[in-house]
Amino acid sequence: MSTPKIGIVSCSGECCDVGTISRVATRFVLEKLRPDNTVTICLPLFSIGEGGERMFAKYFPTIAVDGCEKKCAKKAIEKYSGKTACSIVVSDLLKKWGVKNCGPRRELNEEGLELASKVAKEIASAMDDIFTRGG
Amino acid sequence: MSDTILIFPCSGIGKSFGTISRDATYSVVEELRKDETDTDCLSLLVVGDEDAGCSVKSHRCISVDGCPNGCAKKTLEDSDAKLVASFRVVDILRKNRKLKPTDVTFLDEDGRKLSKLLAEKIALKVDELNRKGVVS
Repeated sequence: MSTPKIGIVSCSGECCDVGTISRVATRFVLEKLRPDNTVTICLPLFSIGEGGERMFAKYFPTIAVDGCEKKCAKKAIEKYSGKTACSIVVSDLLKKWGVKNCGPRRELNEEGLELASKVAKEIASAMDDIFTRGG
Repeated sequence: MSDTILIFPCSGIGKSFGTISRDATYSVVEELRKDETDTDCLSLLVVGDEDAGCSVKSHRCISVDGCPNGCAKKTLEDSDAKLVASFRVVDILRKNRKLKPTDVTFLDEDGRKLSKLLAEKIALKVDELNRKGVVS
């Protein structure tokens, strides 16, 4: 039986620190927390790619990891493929955790890295929930 | 400021190229040419954000792509942006074959070297564009 996969689409969020946290958290899930179950998809490939990304997100569950309330990743998945299995918004999590500043966007500092790890755990937990309920 | 040049890096997180494109972009907009350039989120254009769409039509834009898929360039073209220059990490890599970046989440030494080379090229292009007076 093949290993079940979940696609994670991270916000590209180049202009803000929460975008960097989204990307680093997604990489932590891919590298450390759920390496066998994770497929990452570049967000712009939904619109300009050859269709592989859209097809993947159509047939496999996807999690949108957005930096801010604009939710570009969620919108892109739903515009080009279908409903997301889960949507995580970093700015909402930071508000919940009482975090006001997460450091520089270019290279996360210690505090930023800690936050990215916490966000990565939220993503992994969402993946487990999806698997529990059968995708 | 209407003559600010907007630089859009690739969003890729699967290979080191995307990370290099972003690091080089930050280097230009935060250090090398911070008064003349800025960046915005490529994903806003992907989802058709109105403000981002207006912004790329009224400012000169530079795309910085990681791989040959050219997402940043194509997305800017699809948005009818005022695209004045395009760069690709793979082109810089071809000219510097000794450098072999591998780390994605955090750049390794070769990744940093490539980022520096790319950032310098972008900065020179910004100077050239501003000398020519190609303004919005």
